[in-house]
Amino acid sequence: MSDKTITFTIDEVEVKARPGQTIMEAADEAAIYIPRLCSLKGLSPFGACRVCTVLVNGRPQSSCTQPAAPGIVVENASERLHDIRQDIVEMLFVEGNHFCMFCEKSGNCELQAMGYRLGMMEPKYPRLWPRRELDASHPDIFIDRDRCILCARCIRASREQDGKHILGFLGRGPHKRVTPDSSDGLVQTDAAVADAAVAACPVGSLMRKRVGFGIPIGQRKYDHRPIGSDIESGAEVPDERK
Amino acid sequence: MDETLKKAVEEICQARGNDAGAMMDIVRQVQARFRGVSEEAIDLIAAQCHVPRVDVAGVVSFYAFLSTASKGQVVIRLCDDVIDRMYGAVAIAEAFSHELGIEMGQTTPDGKITLEWAPCMGLSDQAPAALVNDVPVTHLSTDKARHLIQSLRRYMDPSRLVERLGDGNNAHELVGAMVMNNVRKVGPVIFAPLGPGEAMKKALAMSPAEVIRDVKTARLRGRGGAGFPTGIKWEFTRAAAGSKKYVLCNADEGEPGTFKDRVILTEQPDLLAEGMAIAGYAIGADEGILYLRAEYAYLRRFLEQVLQRRREAGLLGKDVCGKKGFNFDIRIQMGAGAYICGEETSLISSCEGTRGDPKNRPPFPAQKGYRGCPTVVNNVETFCCAARVLEKGAGWFAQLGSPGSAGTKLLSISGDCLRPGVYEVEFGIKLTEVLRMAGGQEAQAVVVGGPSGQIVSAADFERPICYDHLATGGSLMIFGPQRDVLEIVEHFLDFFIEESCGYCTPCRVGNVLMKERVARIRSGKGELADLGYLERLGQTIKTASRCGLGQTSPNPMLSTLRKFRSAYDSRLVQQAGPFQSAFDIQAALAQAKEVQGRASVLFSGERHHR
Amino acid sequence: MPGEKANPKAPANVTAGKKPAKAAGVQKKAASAAAPKTQPLEMVQPAAAAAKPKPKIATVSMAGCFGCHMSLLDIDERILKLVELVEFNKSPIDDIKVFTSRCAIGLLEGGCCTDENVHNLQEFRKHCDILVSVGDCATMGGVPAMRNMITLKECLDEAYQNGPTVYNPKNLMPNDPEIPLILDRVYPCHEVVKIDYLLPGCPPSADTLYAAITALLFGEPLKLPYELIKYD
Repeated sequence: MSDKTITFTIDEVEVKARPGQTIMEAADEAAIYIPRLCSLKGLSPFGACRVCTVLVNGRPQSSCTQPAAPGIVVENASERLHDIRQDIVEMLFVEGNHFCMFCEKSGNCELQAMGYRLGMMEPKYPRLWPRRELDASHPDIFIDRDRCILCARCIRASREQDGKHILGFLGRGPHKRVTPDSSDGLVQTDAAVADAAVAACPVGSLMRKRVGFGIPIGQRKYDHRPIGSDIESGAEVPDERK
Repeated sequence: MDETLKKAVEEICQARGNDAGAMMDIVRQVQARFRGVSEEAIDLIAAQCHVPRVDVAGVVSFYAFLSTASKGQVVIRLCDDVIDRMYGAVAIAEAFSHELGIEMGQTTPDGKITLEWAPCMGLSDQAPAALVNDVPVTHLSTDKARHLIQSLRRYMDPSRLVERLGDGNNAHELVGAMVMNNVRKVGPVIFAPLGPGEAMKKALAMSPAEVIRDVKTARLRGRGGAGFPTGIKWEFTRAAAGSKKYVLCNADEGEPGTFKDRVILTEQPDLLAEGMAIAGYAIGADEGILYLRAEYAYLRRFLEQVLQRRREAGLLGKDVCGKKGFNFDIRIQMGAGAYICGEETSLISSCEGTRGDPKNRPPFPAQKGYRGCPTVVNNVETFCCAARVLEKGAGWFAQLGSPGSAGTKLLSISGDCLRPGVYEVEFGIKLTEVLRMAGGQEAQAVVVGGPSGQIVSAADFERPICYDHLATGGSLMIFGPQRDVLEIVEHFLDFFIEESCGYCTPCRVGNVLMKERVARIRSGKGELADLGYLERLGQTIKTASRCGLGQTSPNPMLSTLRKFRSAYDSRLVQQAGPFQSAFDIQAALAQAKEVQGRASVLFSGERHHR
Repeated sequence: MPGEKANPKAPANVTAGKKPAKAAGVQKKAASAAAPKTQPLEMVQPAAAAAKPKPKIATVSMAGCFGCHMSLLDIDERILKLVELVEFNKSPIDDIKVFTSRCAIGLLEGGCCTDENVHNLQEFRKHCDILVSVGDCATMGGVPAMRNMITLKECLDEAYQNGPTVYNPKNLMPNDPEIPLILDRVYPCHEVVKIDYLLPGCPPSADTLYAAITALLFGEPLKLPYELIKYD
């Protein structure tokens, strides 16, 4: 690395970063996993889910948006942060209607995998059971808002990778929801089944039709290895879509 | 295709150069003209401005004053602030509903009048209050509410509802409001007179670096609540790369119980304009934007005239005050009803014509703000203080107040007191002294800094008001011994739930969960373990939320857990058993009883199963 | 060991290092727990010493599909060992209808969707030292909770009156007093009575169930491998 290399620590382990890298990017390259949901390699950082919250010199920051800086002391794998991340993941579970037992994404779902990794048996919070609308208007893709975690990965992937804008957000607060770029369902947009937007969904919300349950139990992505294992094993920084 | 709509939308967009950056103005104008921004209008705007229609729809759905559904010709927004509730807002809502034959949130079948709740509109010292279109109506009673509807039915003219004009510039022909300033204590910084250009001339005689030095020497800190040193903010912005820079004034005074900026805008707009121009000179900006909350739209024409007068006097525009090469002008950007836009990066998003989501930091506005350019965002009162620093000198300013908190502070005082209104006090004043001035000595609790601040009890009344002790952006709400602290907490949580932008998980979901558990405790079904649950939940929301809204929304709950513990303890189930106290079998069976017409054999409803 | 559970090298959730409970803590804990526990099972002390009579287990299936009971039977030959260790009391396995003695462990399958379920749950809480919600229906409502987003009336109308496959010329709604009354929604068991442990899964695998039950019986720290905790 050049003399511009930034050196800092994550949980007392020295980590190097290039200027412009975020804490998360530097951690990934150092085979240190920081849990995350709304972050996806190749998309602009968003900072919405807050699962990747770390303490930077004692101050909470989302590591997907926070630049690495010389000498910073980052706390990641502490009990306190584990509890906060578990709380956040549990919030996402109770906010929507997540029925893992019949979800096509089960086993390949990042939210579910994060629940496993963080030791969630069942959220400590009461489920809110919101009534949300399904959009099955498109011949090849459906939007199941019950499962949406508002991470905006589809929205960003569509704009940044597909060169489209098939989706956006409507409403605010608990009423916030993903909506297609039309007043009449996803079918009225130029969404296509091969869009990066579809592959970017971490949960079973934006899904291809007619491919459910394609992979047998036992061979799914997170059946045997926790989410983040690939980063920890020092493998190539993963793209969760693959 | 509605040709009238098409033509109008095209005109509105073209008048702004089909610039999506002016989206707030565009949608506001379409809303005003057609009482709503219909799906069709959204399509037209999107086509005209070359942006995705979903982005236009996203903006319309974000702001409370905008709607896709058509609203009434007149919209009555009744203030849902906790103070207004204390003073009978619910009875007034009932009177409105009864008189109109509709519920809150509905529009009369003839499409004439819409009735809504709205969060604090900056009139807590003259509660209960409402906005009828842009016209504020204060000190409502059920009788007045009935007369108001009768007048509207007859004339459909909100301006006829102004019974008498308020004090000061509220009586100005361009304001014409029944709002009262209620300035109870005048101090040397904000409410002292200022000759035209007096502060600016002194500033322009110095170099920008010297101006910044003076603001730093004066130890001026932001008056909006966060308290960041103003001089340092200006210095960062000045040092940031870029030839185009902006000065943004945050007049989105949305913190419930705060109304002091309204009074500054009414009485001291020149002082504000001088402060903004001085900031522009200091950082090298030629454009200032005054972001005015939609609730204060009734002040807009007046403020436009003030700006125009200043342009004519050479105090804005080209070569300001004769200073060659210093050009600076101010324009007004209207908001559309969103508390979150008082957060500085949300305010920038809104100015840029998008949803009022906060931005990721870094980059900070001083580096990359409005339209990607270095931007200073300060509160109305902060700019006024800065102007006074330059007029009277940094030393003069720094000797006011307390060591860590120089100068004076405007307090907006409301609630259970004899003299609600605006007080300019020196920092360091004890809360007891403030309560004495306002005639609120009976207070059980004082909300310092609004819902995002803290709720303190008598044990804290001897503490001083300043950045290091009882910090406040200006809101002081007083609650007498008859008030229920948990009701206040629950009300504030309702406020945060509605005003959260929904961007990040902890704030979007966590506030809903906090409210559920506080309500459970209030209903007498909470258990001791619920207090630990709330404490952990509150800390997670504070720690993990993305912006100041979520980082502070647990404060009312957390501060009362400490200072008013008995309000919680006394409502807990005293001897919790092996069954869940919160589970109510009769409530769970209510629907079945209705549908099936029989009662439970196992749970007759008479015996308490425990 | 603080921080152990967050160690990314050992993310298998159930190895989390929580403080072991005191010997007498189990029963007391059961009565004071307000929120469902998500901690591992290792804190449980032996339900019975070797010399004493066999500890008793009760089971029930409420708003569930009996799949969790089937999964319990899937422990294959280990069932012989289990029968050596415990005695079943009220349970569909032995068809004992009412509690005849106090039980060490109650295994709950299914969510709570009728007044009868509520009654059953309360009986289990009264008669069992430790209650375990077994499976997704018991822990979160499961498939029956799909109705939780709609009102009971809409639900019954769809089932008996307006549904596309309904043939009901007399427009009757089943309403015999013998039929339990349906609650407004399906409740997870821990929202009705206090529950000591939660085991998600649809169903939890036989290995998961066997490991959990034996751990509860022996008070051993349960270190379920990553593969054994699943929500599906």
